[in-house]
Amino acid sequence: MNVNIIETSGLGKRYGSTWVLRECSLAVPAGHVAALVGPNGAGKTTLLNLAVGLAAPTAGTVTVLGGLAAGSPAALDGIAFVAQDTPLYKNLSAAGMLHLTRNLNRRFDQPYAKARLGELGIPLNRRAGKLSGGQQAQLALTLALARRPRLLVLDEPVAMLDPLARHDFMALVLTAAADDGVSVLLSSHVLAELERVADYLILLSRGRVQVAGEVDDLIASHRVLTGPAAEADRYTERPLVHARRADAQAHLLVRATADDPVPPRWEAHPVGLEELAMAYLREPGAGALPGPARPAAGTSTRQR
Amino acid sequence: MTALTMPGRPAHDARLRPVPWRRMAWVTWRQHRAALGGVAAFLGAFAVYLWLTGLRMHHAEAAYCHPAGSLGCAINFTGRYGETAIIVSIALQAVPALIGAFAGAPVLARELETGTFRYAWTQGIGRLRWTAGKLVPLAVAVTAVAGAFTVLFAWYNQPWAGAGYVTPFSARVFDLLGIAFGAWTLAAFAIGALAGMLIRRAVPAIAASLAAYAGLAFATALWLREHYITPLVTHSTNLPGSAWIISHWYTKDGKLVSQSAIRNILQGYDIHHPAPATRVGPNTSQTMILNPVGYLTKHGYTHWISYQPGSRFWPFQWIEGGWLLALSVLLIAATVWLVRRRAA
Repeated sequence: MNVNIIETSGLGKRYGSTWVLRECSLAVPAGHVAALVGPNGAGKTTLLNLAVGLAAPTAGTVTVLGGLAAGSPAALDGIAFVAQDTPLYKNLSAAGMLHLTRNLNRRFDQPYAKARLGELGIPLNRRAGKLSGGQQAQLALTLALARRPRLLVLDEPVAMLDPLARHDFMALVLTAAADDGVSVLLSSHVLAELERVADYLILLSRGRVQVAGEVDDLIASHRVLTGPAAEADRYTERPLVHARRADAQAHLLVRATADDPVPPRWEAHPVGLEELAMAYLREPGAGALPGPARPAAGTSTRQR
Repeated sequence: MTALTMPGRPAHDARLRPVPWRRMAWVTWRQHRAALGGVAAFLGAFAVYLWLTGLRMHHAEAAYCHPAGSLGCAINFTGRYGETAIIVSIALQAVPALIGAFAGAPVLARELETGTFRYAWTQGIGRLRWTAGKLVPLAVAVTAVAGAFTVLFAWYNQPWAGAGYVTPFSARVFDLLGIAFGAWTLAAFAIGALAGMLIRRAVPAIAASLAAYAGLAFATALWLREHYITPLVTHSTNLPGSAWIISHWYTKDGKLVSQSAIRNILQGYDIHHPAPATRVGPNTSQTMILNPVGYLTKHGYTHWISYQPGSRFWPFQWIEGGWLLALSVLLIAATVWLVRRRAA
């Protein structure tokens, strides 16, 4: 099914006189694990809140699950959201949280939830407040997945977790995505794990979408050129995203494919996702917006 | 293009069967049973106390107060239980406020304070159904508990009311009797719920709703209640004891005489007719007229009294209950509206 799991057009959100999100136009196809990346205050949480209907847009529109208004009953039914710091009722037991979530939704896969908690070693009679941070996150994720959503939205799901818990958490997310075809939209400022997890990248910076696209496309359309620093300024063949100098050597991240010619005395390497994201984050003026909402190619790309 | 070739967007998606109310009722019960249990225990303890003292009071009244006003009645009934009954009725004035604030304010404030609203409002049930499914059953429950309690208080108060020691319009008991007690409890709950939504933190919301409730209750008792129905006016001096006197004034030859003029007349009387019989108190330099009304009437002044007759007790109860119910519905609707438009 080729629908957009989330689609925004000219989306903006203002709190008081501050625009935390502006002119955000996105279209993420279903079936992806999409990572929403950006520095703190870039508008990630706001975008997710708009998508799950917790906030209403100041400008523009946001639809989910192929055209449903965000926050509508049908949208709420098909989206499971795990908010930042995984809020749970601390005085309820894990079993109580299960029962609560079951009663608040039309669908709830109780056997799945119980089996998952069993595998994770989370005692059903333990109060949520007494569980470790990793277990609380796992419980919140299990509750969300047991709702059998079409879209799972996670706001900074692993920020508070230790590396092992982080690994286990993401493994569960990826299993759900692979086995059940759940689309995932997750925000993170932890770039390190992205490569393993995400196949779609949305980079937000200062309330604007800077980069959006499938990871494979982004990797294929960017190269790192390494060559003499003295000649770095003379490179104009392809749009430059970010230049990094180390002694006599310069590393240029450029928008180029493997077929583009490489100048003499320069070497071209493929770029990693983390490196690519980092380069764009360092250059808030640069942008790469493939997909239906893209402006004319190169217009928002910085050139030297 | 016919309907047959329409692409397969499932029609049931657009019109989902909502999550049933009874499931939300379970959620409300599960999350607030401690608070409701607390209210029940608090009122239950109070009820046991009322019952025990009430039994003794009833026995004393039956044994010593027929006829009423006997010395035995004064010693064994009014003397022994009068103060307790006054303290009990004053303490009960605070009960609707406490129930409302402690059961009402945290319902939404706690969610907003701890961030769990992000969980609750993104579940399939939807935040409107969730809010209504919490506020309405809780409001009904606290009102019902208070309504049951008021029956006990009416029984407790009965020896005093029957003997005319407490008039039904007394500010001390009017809102503890009839439907007023339940209505005030409901209003306190609604105030608490709205305060919780506005303030978003439980403890300040509890404090604010107690303050708002106290202001409303005092304003009602002091200024509002007497205007429910236009008072009756009489110049007869023998009003029934159950009447609630609102104000009185004098006229002479059909014209209103000002308060200060009356005071001057009475002071003049003092100066010019310092009859020993009118002196009271051990300090004889203090002189006052024992029967100013009688004195003024004799001199051609007419004494007017505006009052609410005791027979208006139930109409007043319905009026007070009615506007409190309307206010509560309004406040709860406002709360639901705030939940709807609240952005995370």
